[in-house]
Amino acid sequence: MVAVAARTSRVTGRRFRSVTLGALGLFGFALALEIAPRVGVVPIDFAPPTSQILVSLGELVGEASFWTALVDTLRTWALGLCIALVAGVVIGVLLGSLPFVRAATATTIEFLRPIPSVALIPLVIVLYGPTVKSTLVLVVYAAFWQVLIQVVHGVADVDPVARDTALAFRLSPWARVRYVVWPTSLPYVITGFRLAASVALILTITGELVIGSPGIGKEIDNAQQSNAVRTVYALIVVTGILGVLANLLTRFVERRVLSWHPSTRGEEVTPA
Amino acid sequence: MLEVKNLHKVYDGHGRRVTAVGDLTFSVPEGQFACVVGPSGCGKTTLLRVLAGLLPATSGEVLVQRTPVTAPPPGLAVVFQEYGRSLFPWLRVRENVELPLKAQGMARSDRGALAAEALAAVGLSDAHGAYPWQLSGGMQQRVAIARAIAYQPRVLLMDEPFAAVDAQTRADLEDLVRSVWQRFGVTLLFVTHDIDEAVYLGQRVIVLSASPTTVAQDLTIDLPAERDQLTTRSDARFTELRGQVYAQIQKVKAPA
Amino acid sequence: MRLVSRVLLLIGLPVVLLATWWFGSAGSEDFYRPSLSSIMDAFVRTWTWDMFVQQVFPSLWRLLVGYVIAVALGVALGGLIGTYRSVRSLLEPVLEFLRAFPPPVLVPAAILLSGIGDRTKILVIVFGCVWPVLLNTIEGVRGRDEVLSDTCRSYGITGTLRLRHLVLRAASPQIMTGARQALPLAIILMVISEMMAANDGLGFTVLQFQRGFQIPEMWSGVLLLGVIGIVLSLLFRLAERSLLGWYHGQRAGQREW
Repeated sequence: MVAVAARTSRVTGRRFRSVTLGALGLFGFALALEIAPRVGVVPIDFAPPTSQILVSLGELVGEASFWTALVDTLRTWALGLCIALVAGVVIGVLLGSLPFVRAATATTIEFLRPIPSVALIPLVIVLYGPTVKSTLVLVVYAAFWQVLIQVVHGVADVDPVARDTALAFRLSPWARVRYVVWPTSLPYVITGFRLAASVALILTITGELVIGSPGIGKEIDNAQQSNAVRTVYALIVVTGILGVLANLLTRFVERRVLSWHPSTRGEEVTPA
Repeated sequence: MLEVKNLHKVYDGHGRRVTAVGDLTFSVPEGQFACVVGPSGCGKTTLLRVLAGLLPATSGEVLVQRTPVTAPPPGLAVVFQEYGRSLFPWLRVRENVELPLKAQGMARSDRGALAAEALAAVGLSDAHGAYPWQLSGGMQQRVAIARAIAYQPRVLLMDEPFAAVDAQTRADLEDLVRSVWQRFGVTLLFVTHDIDEAVYLGQRVIVLSASPTTVAQDLTIDLPAERDQLTTRSDARFTELRGQVYAQIQKVKAPA
Repeated sequence: MRLVSRVLLLIGLPVVLLATWWFGSAGSEDFYRPSLSSIMDAFVRTWTWDMFVQQVFPSLWRLLVGYVIAVALGVALGGLIGTYRSVRSLLEPVLEFLRAFPPPVLVPAAILLSGIGDRTKILVIVFGCVWPVLLNTIEGVRGRDEVLSDTCRSYGITGTLRLRHLVLRAASPQIMTGARQALPLAIILMVISEMMAANDGLGFTVLQFQRGFQIPEMWSGVLLLGVIGIVLSLLFRLAERSLLGWYHGQRAGQREW
């Protein structure tokens, strides 16, 4: 009892310290980026100080076109993620539960997975032009593998005893998936979701930057072409904030869905 | 030679104090085999970590070879309970044994000779090329013992080294430790929670009280030096000593 | 008999897929979807030794330099940050923020800062790939076994010997995880930095084919990029197997016991 109380107070003390230090770190980082261009460590024309970036971020927030671009980006990201998630789960469960299919597709998957998604850029440009569809193909392709690999592992992780129990009690195939396979693979699905979310954001921005489909990435490219340096940096900060929010969101979902689950999965983000 | 004078260890967490070791005084003369037993949670591991210089004492003094311990002292080796975690999984058995010698800057040929001798002493001559995780638990603990021997310590500390191996292996390892002690003449402090093991192994058994820890009894084991799993354990004197230690531990457990 | 069925399982589907592509696209009239045979013709015609020297090797060189610097930097900084708790508390939010950036946005910023030379691309690769290595190294250094640390202290294993045999080796599975995550990122950044700002390199060349409507050549470039991705991931797996043999062996052993 005494020991537990001692530990709790030590932990909160440590936590308080680490939060303070963390805030200090962020502040120091912003300060360094403010000072570095002003004293000429980096050219001020091409690397504006933090305060100027924040000012042009403020201006951006007042423009309707910024919000349109933001919504475009979010829509592509969410849509691509959803398609990848559904396709990955369905195909993953199929592959994972049918050993023959799994064995037959293993080599193909091993070969397709490491093909860089950006290799498809010229293809989608000639096939679909600078449209959302082009970017979506990249996003879905890259995010799909993240989900698929996790789901296949998850389904393979099903306890053989649980599987045999379900068979012995003559559960229907659907009931087996519902009560045995799905709960076991759920943590893997969630991990796949988290990894896919971050990869999908990367490819969304990439597609917009390189292909020119509408969104924040395209705005960045435009601003860079017209030498609007501060706007470039302000938009980059926006993508960083999007990234942080995406991380927070996926962690929140993970905690909600898996609050009952004792295990924590290893991280493995592999944008292909 | 190992001396503990009025050792006192308090864990201090923001405003709350937990006394792990109350007031502990004992000494182990050169070359003695002493066993420390006590009820579970009596601070045996804390004591060992302070002796090994891994944990600072709150007050009191620990001397190894007459030198006060402030950091891990030279000439002292430790065999940990968790053999699976105290060996480097990325090094082969022989490299594991040689690494501390390498840290001392010993020449390669001397290292090789010492390691070979130590591995032979624990009966692992033909396992030097294996990785620890390819061996059984008992064999891994043998490697840890070989590493300790090769280090040529004057004082050897063992922290419940056989708590996690099966009974048969355990008997073999007990005899191994006896023979290593006799052959190399080290001062040996062996911490265990097993009364039989303590009486069977030691020349002396120090019984600790429940936390805050003090010495509850200091017992000389007057069994013959040549010990044997069968005859020693069926000796009437063994049973008697074992009964004394058992009674003492029951007594110190009671107040808690 | 079993061998035959295993081989069939392994290569059956890829063969079927390739055959479908080959025969399905044979005599294709679609300008944008040429037949596989004409793509293969273009492949042989386009990717000559000269082309490799002029376009492919510079790309791979930048990739290699950027990747190696990123891994080295990530391990060094990660080892440092992971060892000191206060440094970690100080820097963790900053690192989380920096890691959250989708690395491709670095390309425009890097172009502004240092033009479109090799330096820009290497900078982009380093800056994009360092985070997975860094963060995983921190985790690895933090998560090392206490008993092993105690062992090092007891047996006087300190300094570089400790760094080499304890700190880095204990973190090596996580370091490799980070390096594995960084590899596809490096390829992405190499390709798009060349697409956005270059006058040589693989990404640049493939995009030039697309702009010049040399469609079979463009497809052959896409194929080459795919092959490079596959080869690099195979090389990585070989390196990992030899570096982490102990780790996989230990894990397999634990499952048995």
